[in-house]
Amino acid sequence: MKARNITEKIMHGIFIVCGMISIVAVVGISAYMIISGLPAIKEIGLKEFLLGQVWKSTASEPLFGILPFIMSSFLATFGAILIGVPVGLLMSVFLSKIASPKLASAVRPAVELLAGIPSVVYGLVGMIVLVPFVMDVFGVKSGSTLFTAIIVLAVMILPSIVSVSENALNAVPKKYEEASLALGATKVETIFKVSIPSAKSGITAGIVLGIGRAIGEAMAVMMVAGNVANMPKLFGSVRLLTTAISSEMSYASGLQKQALFSIGLVLFVFIMIINVILNTLLKGGNRNEN
Amino acid sequence: MKKLLSTVLVTVLCVALFAGCSSKEEPATTASAAASAEATEAALSGTVATNGSTSMEKVIAALSEAFMAKNPDVTVTYDATGSGAGITAATDGTADIGLSSRNLKTEETGLDATVVALDGIAIIVNKSNTVTDLSLEQIAGLAKGEITNWKEVGGPDTPVVFVGREAGSGTRDGFESIVDVKDACKYEQELTSTGAVIAAVAANENAIGYASLSAVDETISAIQVGGVDCTEETVLDGSYAIQRNFNIITKQGAELSAAAKAFIEFALSDEAATIIKNAGAIPPSGK
Repeated sequence: MKARNITEKIMHGIFIVCGMISIVAVVGISAYMIISGLPAIKEIGLKEFLLGQVWKSTASEPLFGILPFIMSSFLATFGAILIGVPVGLLMSVFLSKIASPKLASAVRPAVELLAGIPSVVYGLVGMIVLVPFVMDVFGVKSGSTLFTAIIVLAVMILPSIVSVSENALNAVPKKYEEASLALGATKVETIFKVSIPSAKSGITAGIVLGIGRAIGEAMAVMMVAGNVANMPKLFGSVRLLTTAISSEMSYASGLQKQALFSIGLVLFVFIMIINVILNTLLKGGNRNEN
Repeated sequence: MKKLLSTVLVTVLCVALFAGCSSKEEPATTASAAASAEATEAALSGTVATNGSTSMEKVIAALSEAFMAKNPDVTVTYDATGSGAGITAATDGTADIGLSSRNLKTEETGLDATVVALDGIAIIVNKSNTVTDLSLEQIAGLAKGEITNWKEVGGPDTPVVFVGREAGSGTRDGFESIVDVKDACKYEQELTSTGAVIAAVAANENAIGYASLSAVDETISAIQVGGVDCTEETVLDGSYAIQRNFNIITKQGAELSAAAKAFIEFALSDEAATIIKNAGAIPPSGK
């Protein structure tokens, strides 16, 4: 009896320690980002940093304006959502409502597998297949463009959108749909007027999750976007917040390095905002279902 | 979290890579040195502080590894700060040895520059490009975006795509300062490694880029600059224009520590030539 008590207590302690590790990591990373990100912003000036249109970190008179990165990140994410959401939503409708269970059980693992592919592989395929393809089809001189990055990101966020939306659609009470069908609505009408509206909060959560994935992606984007600090053009080379950090970090020094940490801080704030939105949405969704 | 993990992994891999290098070089250098220098160098100890050019990182890392393997009591440190900072450090005496990938300017007096290695930067184009020779002015025009079509320099009627390295890269700094296009380049792609530049040029028939001579392979063509091929020989005899010296900077009249002296001697020795070659540069003796 006593020995059991001791093991209980020890295990209890181990559980607490493991639980604390994630908190320590989050608090540590947050504190580090803020401490290392603020000095450069202070030196450059918040307005010049966030709204400056020119990034020339190693010029003799360096300029540290990250508006091109913010705009590019925003547009790349927006474009990926624009393409990824309709496709992902319809795919989840297909899996949840249309496909026979047998077919769905073949398609679903494929979507899940998509989520498991490392981002560097997306980048590699994008670089070797998509970049020349964009160059040929759209007649642009270089295929490493914002558009290419959008396509890659759109595919990358599909799994997040599909799996969350499909769960939400499956959770729609059968009686809603049966009532709609009994009133004479067709299957398509039922899907768009009853099923999707009822699963709204879950689908939105999937989209926000997709936004989070798209805005935080660096590797795949770096391999297809060209990485020049231009103000974004659809068929121009762009550099995103994430790639701005990873492409210059290896040789950076002094204020340049500090400014890269500041970009990290900006990105961190963006992701935090997205997470807060996501949590609010998920909580809202639960309340509705209850 | 994923980013953090990958950073940690990359760091670990880098360390592993360096560890691999050292174990490869150790037997060669120690074996040949053991007999000749045992008596004099066994007593060396202390720290040799080097500071300067980021381009010289590979060469200095390889040299100091081999040197430290021979002299276990000596630590060679390296701060990658840039050539200008390296020259300043040598002047101020904050470093034993300054590293500079450019030659000293006339106003930088009281210093000695010793060439430890040469570095050629090849101008590379796609295999299908018919242009074989460009002048320095033409290259500058292409880099600055003043020449936007290949037909202006005798090539096909296709747009020019200028591919280069990221800010802070030593190769970029070398190219931009020699061609005199510093801070004026209009890049279409900025990539983070020489390999990526070569891959991008190999994939895009409109592309032009630059890469360290040692990295040039058969997937792309290195063109002539002012009628001169980019080879080790033309870099050595100075006829190839886009090249630079890797210099060791020391202060005139300053008393160097025995360890620092031995390190410079080692860097200029014949056995160091192989190490420099393996690190991607050309030893000044050509061996």
